[in-house]
Amino acid sequence: MCLGVPAKILERSDGTAVVELGGVRREISVMLIDDVSVGEWVIVHAGFALGKLSEEEAEQTLALFREIADSGEFRDS
Amino acid sequence: MHDKILLSHGEGGKRTRDLIAKVIARHFDNPVLSPFFDAGLLGRIEGEIAFTTDGYVVTPPFFPGGDIGRLAVCGTVNDLAVCGAKAVAMSCGLILEEGLPLDTLERALAGMRDAAKEAGVTVACGDTKVVERGKGDGIFITTAGVGVSVDGWRPAPSEIRPGDRILLTGTMGDHQVAVLIARQNLAIEAPVLSDVAPLSGLLLPLLPRFAGKVRFMRDPTRGGVGVTLNEMAAAANARFVLDEARLPVRESVRGVCEIFGFDPLYLANEGKAVLIVAGDAAEAIVAALREHAYGREAAIIGEVREGGSGVRLRTLAGGVRAVDYPVGDQLPRIC
Amino acid sequence: MNRRMKYIDDFRDPATARALVERIRRDAGDAPVRLMEVCGTHTVAIARGGIRPLLSGAVTMLSGPGCPVCVTPDGYIDAAIALGTERGALLASFGDMLRVPGTSSSLEKEKGAGLEVRVVYSPLDAVTLAAATPDREVVFLGVGFETTAPAIGGSIKTASVRGVANFSVLSSVRTIPEAMGVLAADPEVRIEGFLCPAHVSVVIGTDAYRPVAETYGIPCVVAGFEPLDILMGISMLLRQKKEEVARVENEYSRVATATGNRKAQDLIRDVFVPCDTGWRGIGVIPGSGLRIADRYASFDAEKKFGVSVVFAREKTACRCGDVLKGKILPVDCPLFGKACVPEEPYGPCMVSSEGSCASYYKYGAL
Repeated sequence: MCLGVPAKILERSDGTAVVELGGVRREISVMLIDDVSVGEWVIVHAGFALGKLSEEEAEQTLALFREIADSGEFRDS
Repeated sequence: MHDKILLSHGEGGKRTRDLIAKVIARHFDNPVLSPFFDAGLLGRIEGEIAFTTDGYVVTPPFFPGGDIGRLAVCGTVNDLAVCGAKAVAMSCGLILEEGLPLDTLERALAGMRDAAKEAGVTVACGDTKVVERGKGDGIFITTAGVGVSVDGWRPAPSEIRPGDRILLTGTMGDHQVAVLIARQNLAIEAPVLSDVAPLSGLLLPLLPRFAGKVRFMRDPTRGGVGVTLNEMAAAANARFVLDEARLPVRESVRGVCEIFGFDPLYLANEGKAVLIVAGDAAEAIVAALREHAYGREAAIIGEVREGGSGVRLRTLAGGVRAVDYPVGDQLPRIC
Repeated sequence: MNRRMKYIDDFRDPATARALVERIRRDAGDAPVRLMEVCGTHTVAIARGGIRPLLSGAVTMLSGPGCPVCVTPDGYIDAAIALGTERGALLASFGDMLRVPGTSSSLEKEKGAGLEVRVVYSPLDAVTLAAATPDREVVFLGVGFETTAPAIGGSIKTASVRGVANFSVLSSVRTIPEAMGVLAADPEVRIEGFLCPAHVSVVIGTDAYRPVAETYGIPCVVAGFEPLDILMGISMLLRQKKEEVARVENEYSRVATATGNRKAQDLIRDVFVPCDTGWRGIGVIPGSGLRIADRYASFDAEKKFGVSVVFAREKTACRCGDVLKGKILPVDCPLFGKACVPEEPYGPCMVSSEGSCASYYKYGAL
């Protein structure tokens, strides 16, 4: 019930934005989120931006994953 | 000539003859068709004959990368090619809806002509009918195709054995996504082109070159690679295991699939083939495919294993799941 | 061609997945830990990722009632069909709803008999459709949870502002935390941890699960939908169990926050009003539904057309309810794979693209 994808804002106008994912562009509504600028990432569900994706938090999560992956490999050897 | 198709164009009288002479004949100018006898006389044909038929009802008739005419020729040629036959001649049955702009017909015929030229197949005979407005979706094309077997090769699903490899000649889902975009229901812009292409030049040379190594081929049209592999696994009573990391998909097609929840395994292709080949020849065959314009992204996508039947996928997460027949079309989902 | 898609492929890395599976297996006890993924999208993601066989013996994943199509009563489909066939409305729907069985038919079957149903990706597309066909009544089938409620609300607001009077919504919106509470309290279900929905949480905030964690002592982790998110979320639940704590943790911190999307919440409060509502297989859960507020009555299809969605008696052999509550696995239902298959579903769990039974059937009870 929650299918949503991360997409980058390419253009912004009043209440709408054009986002891009893998070269695919679509116009979506941004009425559900506060100011969002070109270049930021949002989660898109049913034609609406539902929330912003924090690149910083994403990096932290990925860093944690890398740590886990590396420590996993150590144990193998 | 009028600028729209009228019922009288299908009635066999002067208007029909005008349509054939002034429009259709211009696109298919060959000695078999030109006399416009009731049948095309193909002369003596040496070798084993293969025969196929198909219907083309795609909406809209023009989409990025192709059109219904090109589709009709390529679909026919490819059905023969995956059975090891070079298409020699084909028929063109047109069912036109009253009110169809003549320009649409011209463009579709031009698509057929160009594709037929590329594939080296003669449009040898045809028929034209017109149905009342509302009784047909613009233009339908039905074809039948005759081909000659290359080298005596036949599809041999019973030859498939564990250790064989599953090859795909290129990326999945391009055609269906291109058509969906052309229908404008998804309201997206994406640089996706239909992959519609004739594959005889890609596939047929493999058969003598890798004699005894190619077991079975099919073209993954409606229902995509997922359905086709299920049909092949059933025919061979074999277990296929695919590797998710090796499935070739264009970035933009992936983007569309992520947004709408489609699975690229079940999206239609019109310029691809699935091949089951002997394990020891797989890499060489992929290299040979990649030498050709229509095989640049060819890849080994899986293998045939022992034990049971059906199609499985080894996922990126390292797990395994079944790839079964889908129920109905892929529809955009929110869940 | 197969270029890395940012924020998607990074969360599908096979080496990290392997390491997380090892971590989970090390932390698991002698008996498999019983975790419930509440959200249908998690059910599909777990199935498509082939994750269940990786965890067998260590973790048993129970699929919860977060499949809006599965918990929507038969009567909803009946009412939708009636609006189309008896009132001549043009229906607009998410693809998910098309094959769901009502009491005697489905939208797909009726489509074959002349019912006009347009599949849309966004409720806004339905508003656009209504604006483009002013002589037709367009009814949008608004089914979903808190993820979709703001979108449905947004479409009503948009129609209101633009004066698209021929647009209305047949609403079937439910909310998650109340249902989780009912399941947590049910001794027959025995849930040891909840894998909480990613995008519902983006709207309502991760704090919304604190009452469940604190009242019932059940660990809750909000996790994204990629394989690494799911495995990490499961790992975090097992760690909590090992430490004998019950907190709300947030794996999906890149999007979900503690307080959620205030603007979306305000919109929901403007357009909807909480109400008691029936969940197929579970019954009526107090305060677990959202109905359209009276001030937007002209966009409420039930009021506009005087139809009501009847919470009909379920077909007796159907065990969807027990599946939705996580009491049985799909394969335990006697109808599974026999009288109930995706082409001829007996109940919605088999038909909805993310119903547990459909997932098991399509991706293999492996």
